[in-house]
Amino acid sequence: MRIQKCKGTRDLTSRQMEQFRFIESVFRDSCLKWGYEEVRTPTLEYLHLFTSAGTLTPGTLGKVYSFLDWDGWSGERVVLRPDGTIPVARMYIDNENQKELARLFYITNIFIFEETGLENRERWQCGSEMIGISSPSADVELVSLAVETLRNIGIPNIKIKLSHAGIIRALLTGFGLSPEEQGKVFDHILDGDTAVIAQLKAQRPELVNLLAPLLEMKGRNAGFLKNQKTIFTSKLPEFVPALENFIKVTELLTAMGLKYEIDVASGTGFEYYTGMIFQLFVGDVKVGGGGRYDALIPLLGGKDIPASGFALYIDPIMDLIKTYHSDEAVGVTVNVQGKSIAANKNAFELINKLHSIGLKASLTLEKQLPSSGWLIQVGESFPVYMLINAGEKTSRPAETIEQVLKMMGGKK
Amino acid sequence: MTVRIALPKGKLLNDTATLLDKAGWKLVGYDSNLRNYRIKSERFIDVQIKVFQEKDIPVQVAIGNYDLGICGLDWIEELSSKFSTYAPVIIRDLGYGKGALYVTASRYGDVSTIDEVKAKDDVVHIASEYPNIAENFALNLRLKRFSVYPVWGAAEAYPPDRATLALISGTPEAKEFNNGIKPLANVLNYSARLIANRRSWEQKDLSEVLATLENIEFIPIFETTTETKTAIGASIIIKRDKDVVRLALPDGHQQKHTVNILNKAGIQIKDYPSTTGNRRPTTSLEGVEVTVIRPQDMPLQVANGNFDLAITGHDWLTDHKAAFPSSPVIELADLKFGWVKIVAVVSNDVPANNLYELKDVCRRADTPLRVASEYINLSDKYARDNQLGMYRIIPTWGVTEAFLPEDADLLIENTETGGTIARHNLKIIDTLFESTAYFIGAKNNQLSKIKKERIENLVKVFIDAVNKG
Repeated sequence: MRIQKCKGTRDLTSRQMEQFRFIESVFRDSCLKWGYEEVRTPTLEYLHLFTSAGTLTPGTLGKVYSFLDWDGWSGERVVLRPDGTIPVARMYIDNENQKELARLFYITNIFIFEETGLENRERWQCGSEMIGISSPSADVELVSLAVETLRNIGIPNIKIKLSHAGIIRALLTGFGLSPEEQGKVFDHILDGDTAVIAQLKAQRPELVNLLAPLLEMKGRNAGFLKNQKTIFTSKLPEFVPALENFIKVTELLTAMGLKYEIDVASGTGFEYYTGMIFQLFVGDVKVGGGGRYDALIPLLGGKDIPASGFALYIDPIMDLIKTYHSDEAVGVTVNVQGKSIAANKNAFELINKLHSIGLKASLTLEKQLPSSGWLIQVGESFPVYMLINAGEKTSRPAETIEQVLKMMGGKK
Repeated sequence: MTVRIALPKGKLLNDTATLLDKAGWKLVGYDSNLRNYRIKSERFIDVQIKVFQEKDIPVQVAIGNYDLGICGLDWIEELSSKFSTYAPVIIRDLGYGKGALYVTASRYGDVSTIDEVKAKDDVVHIASEYPNIAENFALNLRLKRFSVYPVWGAAEAYPPDRATLALISGTPEAKEFNNGIKPLANVLNYSARLIANRRSWEQKDLSEVLATLENIEFIPIFETTTETKTAIGASIIIKRDKDVVRLALPDGHQQKHTVNILNKAGIQIKDYPSTTGNRRPTTSLEGVEVTVIRPQDMPLQVANGNFDLAITGHDWLTDHKAAFPSSPVIELADLKFGWVKIVAVVSNDVPANNLYELKDVCRRADTPLRVASEYINLSDKYARDNQLGMYRIIPTWGVTEAFLPEDADLLIENTETGGTIARHNLKIIDTLFESTAYFIGAKNNQLSKIKKERIENLVKVFIDAVNKG
């Protein structure tokens, strides 16, 4: 019986791992340049880390991989990390909270059950969190970092969609919902059920005229929000603080030369956000997103400290860079002539030497000439080394390793 | 194409038998004297019908072993609230077997409303036979921290001191429960449903069978209700002295053996066994408090510190240790009753007479070995340790021998004489171990001197009683 991989999982082939490492290295470089420090959290966390924050919806929590650990007789469940940000916030509280400002980044896998098994249940993401600053400039820094990373990976036509959790919440208050009802409707919106907004509109038709432009139109600059503010200041004052914050963020993004679309109803999937929310698309493919989550660290038992962050989704990004080719130089292929111990010893000594000076070298049993790079045939007696330049199709003998290196002239 | 149908035993049997009789199925042997789990229909000669515990039916239909089944909505929800992809198609409400699931708390506890439960900062423990529904309830309530004790039964015995809440089944509109339990919320009203496997519904012609049930006007004769009786002698502990020894005694068929030992030891326990469902009988023993729960649940409850001592089978302790190898539960005394042996069983048709030969059969098979058992952790460990290749554990809730050979390949089962196994055309290929009832406790260095002495004395009294023969 052929054993297959688990439903909803993905193998990363050697080719795909090249793409994966490329994305990872670009992201790491960008983060390090912006002053972020890398962290890693465990794959296993207690379920109550995610329930106690009260920030993931029941819909999401109902899809986590949870189980009793081998010592879980108390009934306390552990989970395979379903989210990247909450564990980092927990880690900040545990280990980094002496820092007034922490810029952290991570590359991790998250696990969420997906019913059809056609999509990945294990997803990779790289994320950055800035803990300690509540200013709009922090939000804009994160958007810039995310966009810079995608551009450096070579992804064109990145679309930025913006929303604001403060406005969505004010909207629900405006519909006269109790805090409990607000929570339930917010959960529906976060789980992607936008029909619930349409139902609410039917309940309070007098609000429709006021809110319709905000909900249904797509703004392209801060002016759209400023226009909206002129209506709300007197009639719906509860919207104003969130709108003012949103305006500052959008003004800064415009100043940075970043184009965006304001789509307030696009808050899907962002459960713990309190302020600006952004999503990154390439065509219809969502490749990342993030936002401000000022309440999360206090909810987890940490001090009252603001934070914002984002994550880029590695799996769809890999699909977008299918044409990527590694530019790593073709190395040296070493072929042992004969089966003697002496010939094998000579070959391994040569490979070790090549590695020690930073060259890529590997052993082959193939007699065939590679399409590029160097093939060195290694024997027991003269000529111990025969260097063949595969590209130029020329060959020269050598007696010592030093001669080999000299003849290669540092060429890889 | 053969149509396969799963019918319930237990509380739904009589009404289901009456319904199907009215529908003209002419079933042979499907009545309260049930002797054979494979039932014949004189009307539908080619239809294969098998009887299961009600709780097993949604799983059997969902995984496609059966095309149609009859069971309560409560057990359908318990499956589909966790595994919605496999949820069976609900065809019809059959109108009998009515009940409701309630989230309940003790009137002697610290919560009396759902809002008070939501406001709790410490862990909310929920005991239930319906762990998936209980977990969904906790998630939807957005409880900050909770844990669910999946129990085999007697969930009402746990609040307020061993669990904050119990999710239990009761009559529709129930206002009061036994043992000082009161409902805080109704989570589900249920009744018997006719269900179908999703793929069968899409691809098989079931219409001939279904047509017989289409327009039947059926008034249940054996309407099943759980009568609430007032428990006498209930002693709900609100504030417990740290020196009190908390003893768990078994319900079910082990009660008579336990009473026998208690009598020999000269220990009097009032209202045990109880005719009113009292889970907290009182005892003459000083500094000892008694609660009656399922023996299957005892190892976990001793491990998590809810009880100091309990009487359970070595089999259930071994199953617990298979799930939690570092559990603090230890055996204190062999009570030498309830002897069974735990065996591996296959159909007589399987060409294997021992474990070695079974492994050979497994190696040559092109489908996973299906291992059915009530002892799911033990079975998992057995299959793992013995390298039975690709295998699947099928949890069952009794009548496991009915699963072979159609719905499972191997059983891990307990038996006294092997008679039932032989009667079902099955054979024992391995004996895992022998089991008797044990007095169990937990490794605990934090006990007070008084409590330690009380436990040691109690164990000694039991050992002396056993030695009296």
